[in-house]
Amino acid sequence: MIKFIINDRELEVENGKTILEAAFASGIKIPTLCYNKELSPYGACRLCLVEIAGGGRIGLHAACLYKVTEGLIVKTDTERVKKARKIVIELLLAGNPDSEKIKLIAEEYGVNKTRINLGTRTDCILCGLCVRVCAEVVGMSAISFAGRGTRKKVQTPFDKISDTCIGCGACAYICPTKAIKIEQV
Amino acid sequence: MKLTIEDLDKISDKLKKTMLLREGDGIGSGIFHLMLCAGTGCISNKSSRVKEALDREIKKHGLEEKIHVVITGCNGFCAVGPVMTVLPDGIFYENLTEADIPFLVEEHFINKRPVKKFMHRQNSLGDGIPYLKDINFFANQTLIVLRNRGLIDPEKIDEYIARDGYKAFAKALTKMKSEEIINEIKKSSLRGRGGAGFPTGLKWESCRNSPGDVKYIICNADEGDPGAYMDRSIIELDPHAVLEGMLIGAIAIGAKEGYVYIRTEYPLARERLSTAIEQAREYGLIGENIFNTGFSFDISIKQGAGAFVCGEETSLIASIEGRYPEPRMRPPFPVQKGVWGMPTCINNVETWATVPKIINYGAEWFYKIGSEKSKGTKIFSLVGKITNTGLIEVPMGITLKEIIYDIGGGIPDNKKFKAVQTGGPSGGCIPSELINLPVDYERLAEAGAIMGSGGMIVMDEDTCMVDVAKYFIEFTADESCGKCTSCRDGASALLGILEKITRGEGEESDLEFMEELSHAIKDASMCGLGQTLPNPVLSTLHYFKDEYKEHINKKCPAKVCKALIKYHILESKCTGCTLCAIKCPVKAISGDKKQLHKIDQNTCIKCGMCKEVCKFKAVSVD
Repeated sequence: MIKFIINDRELEVENGKTILEAAFASGIKIPTLCYNKELSPYGACRLCLVEIAGGGRIGLHAACLYKVTEGLIVKTDTERVKKARKIVIELLLAGNPDSEKIKLIAEEYGVNKTRINLGTRTDCILCGLCVRVCAEVVGMSAISFAGRGTRKKVQTPFDKISDTCIGCGACAYICPTKAIKIEQV
Repeated sequence: MKLTIEDLDKISDKLKKTMLLREGDGIGSGIFHLMLCAGTGCISNKSSRVKEALDREIKKHGLEEKIHVVITGCNGFCAVGPVMTVLPDGIFYENLTEADIPFLVEEHFINKRPVKKFMHRQNSLGDGIPYLKDINFFANQTLIVLRNRGLIDPEKIDEYIARDGYKAFAKALTKMKSEEIINEIKKSSLRGRGGAGFPTGLKWESCRNSPGDVKYIICNADEGDPGAYMDRSIIELDPHAVLEGMLIGAIAIGAKEGYVYIRTEYPLARERLSTAIEQAREYGLIGENIFNTGFSFDISIKQGAGAFVCGEETSLIASIEGRYPEPRMRPPFPVQKGVWGMPTCINNVETWATVPKIINYGAEWFYKIGSEKSKGTKIFSLVGKITNTGLIEVPMGITLKEIIYDIGGGIPDNKKFKAVQTGGPSGGCIPSELINLPVDYERLAEAGAIMGSGGMIVMDEDTCMVDVAKYFIEFTADESCGKCTSCRDGASALLGILEKITRGEGEESDLEFMEELSHAIKDASMCGLGQTLPNPVLSTLHYFKDEYKEHINKKCPAKVCKALIKYHILESKCTGCTLCAIKCPVKAISGDKKQLHKIDQNTCIKCGMCKEVCKFKAVSVD
């Protein structure tokens, strides 16, 4: 067992647990979007940022990825965390103003509007849940990321109808922004 | 043929005369080595044609026994390529073309009259300077990493050996324990030349101490900053120095295998590197049971596919493993868990190439060079609005002024120096007020820039700082791996605001918000790319806020942002020569011969062609 401090509370967790797992187990709330406990963590949405104030790599880190170590001091709600999180929420809202899930998170964290104009809107937020569920749960790896920067997207190889896809619908089910639709082919 | 350590000395002895001649011994002997630059810059200026012409002329005059043309890597003075140094005399010729060679060979080698017109002039009135050592560009540099520059053929391992090559490796292998090597590097205070400046000795030590039998060494040659070509040039001019550094690192860390991760866009560097690896393997300098000591180490090349983010070490590892190149969170650091999950030590090309010199000449010698906290030298590629564009090596702590004026020869066309960008897209713009700033890790960071890997882009009064910030953000928005929301969408958001400002549609509140956004991007992003991408915005906002404000008032003081400028023809100066009207690509200029011409503002695309071609300075921008 490992002892560490989160929001001035001392907690004991099993070796190998992430900050997020430890926080959830003790009822501390941290927002997430690209996290699902059945899948390997990815750290892309940046909503679960927490501040490491001592005993580790000082600064903001994704709680879903950072593993708890002995003596680690974590704070989940500092000014620094709030400032970064606010911008992340504004960015997500700018890209997906209609997503129920993002609107809910924005409301919960007091972000009423976004000051950002991204010019384009895509339903997909590249959280990678679909890619991971297809690889890790379904075991097919029919879809993957392609491209980079603003042109990055999730697709089948060469964007062609894929023989590997078994049409299970897991990707559409897990998508937090309903960006994946199932069609009859 | 596998070499013994004694063989290294034998090779040196065999080439001793050649090397002494190239170092300046034997003037008047009638033997000449023509060191012709075949770096990427000179090759693109047709130095291979110059080589053919030299061979032809030398043969014609029957001078093959006396004059040897030697192909070298980048000589550094890229502004005036193709360049050639005549050794042992040290006479430097520049801007050579194939057509110049018959005259040059005849004059210099038959008539014994070095040719003034191919010599360097430091200003338009000055006389040609015959000797390389007297040219300011060269005289003010300190060559340590580039000590073989212009002296050896990078494709000949024997020439590297004859310049003390692989001696540091032999010393480390037979006379030093791993801990001693690490201590020597620690004592030298060498810091990573890739950008962040992490102490190299400490990195090696943590990799050595990481549990595991299998460890890897990686040379990061994925140089991608716009305007930076230090690493490419080091590999092109002295590839064995990089291999020797890696070999020494391998002994220190306990690695048996190493990779050089190099950009596909660097074909010449890659070719010279693979030649070097083949030669070293043939000599038994890499491979199994080196020098019969039981030590084995092999090096292979991995090619990058052009993603800037692969310079980030965890993406680089993913790419080597054949995975999609996305960074992952550190810890665990690569020294704990790197390629294939094994402890991995990644250093940049320049760092590896520095290592053999420290082992050869000692940590104390190295420690004496440089500033208080940044030791040794640093290689920069000096580009942009600078007279002497090129590759330079200078001691840490040298001032920007010395680099820009003493070595760089100042700003062309008597323009005013405005700013210099160090560290590429992760760096910042340092304004002219700070021209006396010493260049080292700490002082650059204090000024809001970073050392970076060595790109140095000089800007003059015609450069718009908002446009510069926009250029860099455009680059990073495109090159972000797209994983973190903060980096991918954050860069797009910044770019959107900068575009708005350069269109003259910005508001005062945009400036404040850009700062807030920038700090959040730095804080929220996972890897170095996202954590540093707002630096060009933050540094220009800090030093050039007035220029941003002028844009908000719909003015671009440098007259760059197209939406904010207009071209006019001045009545008092226009002679009606019609040249502008002929050259205008969109036919926006009208006017009869010998009559005042006019620009139709609705058709004009503000390309600036009319201003460029007008011989009477009759086109003005406002």
